[in-house]
Amino acid sequence: MSTTAETATEIRPFQVEIPQEEIDDLRRRLAATRWPDRETVGDASQGVQLEKLKDLVGYWATDYDWHTAEAKLNALPQFVTEIDGLEIHFIHVRSPHEDAVPVIITHGWPGSVFELLKVVDPLTNPPSGDDAFHVVIPSLPGYGFSARPDAPGWNPDRIARAWDELMKRLGYERYVAQGGDWGAVIVEAMGRQAPDGLLGIHVNLAATVPPDVEAALAGAGPLPEMSEQERAVFDALVGYRKSGYSGYFVALTARPQAVGYGLTDSPAGLAAFMLWHPGFAGWSVDDPGTKSTDEVLDDISLYWLTNTAASSGRLYWEHGGASPTSAAGMKTAEITVPVGVTVFPDDVYRPPESWARRAYPNLVYFHEVERGGHFAAWEQPELFVGELRAAYRGVR
Amino acid sequence: MSTTAETATEIRPFEVEIAQEGIDDLRRRIGSTRWPTRELVDDRSQGVQLATLRELARYWANEYDFGRIAERLNELPQLTTEIDGVDVHFIHVRSQHEDALPLVMTHGWPGSVIEMLDVIGPLTDPAAHGGKVEEAFHLVLPSLPGYGFSGEPAEIGWYTGRVARAWAELMHRLGYARYVAQGGDQGAAVTDDLAHQAPEGLVGVHMNLLRTALGSTAGLPAESDEERAALDAVATFRQSGFGYFLEQSTRPQTIGYALLDSPVALAGWMLDHDTDSYYKISGAFLDGKPTGGLTRDHVLDNITLYWLTGTGASSARSYWEGGRAAALAAGKPPGAVSIPVAFTTFPGEIFRAPRSWVEKVYPTLAYFEEAPRGGHFAAWEEPELFASELRAAFKPLRGEGRTS
Repeated sequence: MSTTAETATEIRPFQVEIPQEEIDDLRRRLAATRWPDRETVGDASQGVQLEKLKDLVGYWATDYDWHTAEAKLNALPQFVTEIDGLEIHFIHVRSPHEDAVPVIITHGWPGSVFELLKVVDPLTNPPSGDDAFHVVIPSLPGYGFSARPDAPGWNPDRIARAWDELMKRLGYERYVAQGGDWGAVIVEAMGRQAPDGLLGIHVNLAATVPPDVEAALAGAGPLPEMSEQERAVFDALVGYRKSGYSGYFVALTARPQAVGYGLTDSPAGLAAFMLWHPGFAGWSVDDPGTKSTDEVLDDISLYWLTNTAASSGRLYWEHGGASPTSAAGMKTAEITVPVGVTVFPDDVYRPPESWARRAYPNLVYFHEVERGGHFAAWEQPELFVGELRAAYRGVR
Repeated sequence: MSTTAETATEIRPFEVEIAQEGIDDLRRRIGSTRWPTRELVDDRSQGVQLATLRELARYWANEYDFGRIAERLNELPQLTTEIDGVDVHFIHVRSQHEDALPLVMTHGWPGSVIEMLDVIGPLTDPAAHGGKVEEAFHLVLPSLPGYGFSGEPAEIGWYTGRVARAWAELMHRLGYARYVAQGGDQGAAVTDDLAHQAPEGLVGVHMNLLRTALGSTAGLPAESDEERAALDAVATFRQSGFGYFLEQSTRPQTIGYALLDSPVALAGWMLDHDTDSYYKISGAFLDGKPTGGLTRDHVLDNITLYWLTGTGASSARSYWEGGRAAALAAGKPPGAVSIPVAFTTFPGEIFRAPRSWVEKVYPTLAYFEEAPRGGHFAAWEEPELFASELRAAFKPLRGEGRTS
């Protein structure tokens, strides 16, 4: 028998087992979808197009197999442990190389641990043992198989502290942290907190928009002097703000529960909402590119089957609306640990190196790769792995 | 047999008929709702609260009388006519007083003609509601394109300015050579556009939402306490109450899927509108204490109308049209309104527009009043008070020549 204190920090093995009736219920709901009329435009400017969503839902209801997704997760060592009162689910793969560098990699929204699965093997089993990592991939609180917080307060700062606790509990006294999307926000919070043993962070959605550029974008300041490259990035940001892609961010920040009812009761509604994210811009069943339809449905099904659409949206509310790409919003000046940045050119924002240098006082690595977008580890796992190896070579 | 030209301008009687299988399906869906976990706060700051929505769903599925919509609407003269390619549904109640003033009143989102039903009596038959015979209106209540029983536009371009032109055509087609217009919410936008267009015969307007201030408060005075309070209220709305607005303006189809597929999603989305009406409606369901006309049955009449007509996506699209129209008009401010404008500020509205703001936006302001009660859905919540505001507001515009 263990004492309470021991129980609280216990690390227990975890396997995914979704009851068949929940899969049946999902299929039944998909088949019974009541559809709106077609959008009045010939493109995605009013949202996911009716015919494309119908194709996806049709495939989801009939051909898609959740058991394959479940097997992908269960093929990896998964655990849960209670941190700060909340059960945290994580994948933990140790490299055969004992002196590998421990790395904690954090997903975002509308992603999940699924977006990171392809990098596990190359990170833990590199051709050269010098590049090896021990990999820890947690599910954010309120996401996937982590528990849903039942009280407010689980903001990125608190998650960052929980991640440090997780690494220490796993016996990793010296480690690095990586993230994109919410993952970037959280590892930047870790960078500001600079817990003992955090050797460095790497982000693939860098908080680098300078305050004067931010003000100009908001119409609250004059256009600052910019190089040609900076000006091109500025124009792209203006276009992004006009494109309507940021509406989901505002909606979830303001009223996650209001959006949550529909995403919890309607799987087609959930899919449409998740595909709104710019990381899925241009994605469709007939043109899936680097993110296969099955992989996209693994991710969406995970949100559905764990009933985490509302709880995952609450992270936006907790965060309060500061832009994850804003240097001031993410207080990057306070990050003292070494920072590595990789720019994937098709991400929602493509910062120039000059802005990254202004944002991060201790920038040790900056590189723009030739391919890949918002879900970098998912879309370009080899490039992503190469970037992590290069970025952290200096801290080994 | 009529010719095509005749058919196009024909005005046809309309009756609501609701298929039983649609009601059965709705009940079944409400009963099989999959719920999220409870919000983490004790107020509306994360959105419609679970307890409120669960009670609404329970009442909707078990106690609400689905025959109410057809009963309430079919006791009124309803008509449809095709204007600019879209079938427009409208209620048309002529006063028994021949020289009554014709009035076209426009609802908003998430409202419908349902929110106007209880002002019909006081406006068309004032003598029976504490007013005078000479204060009567002939009342026209259209459903916006894409809303309720109006047709759903299949092409882009139906922004409020085009709706306003359609309304002028509707009033012309009904034979009203001299009329006034009224609106709040989207209805205020239509009415504001009508006032700018000033079609022949439109002699005045009344609004209960200052549309321009929601978009931008630049240039509006911010010195007095009430001006600063209004500015704070607009800022609060833009910071935390703007989610639905931005979502519908940018991706109406995206939210539309959930609104068509999940009745509880639709109800939650519609209740999330503004703080004042949310707490009033929540009180009606949780505490059995409705505020004025915002009763459980009235609220569900409106939500059920959206569900059964399947207009969650098409109504949201009107915001997208608004955003597109605003982008196209950027840098081209509309000219000043030349006809008389009347305005009533209701205290529970998203912000209490002070007289100074309304005067700044409408130099022809001829009537301004602050009502003692009522909020965003003023006609719905306080029909008698609302009707008395319209009587007072339009009084100076009566008796100049023929009214119909």
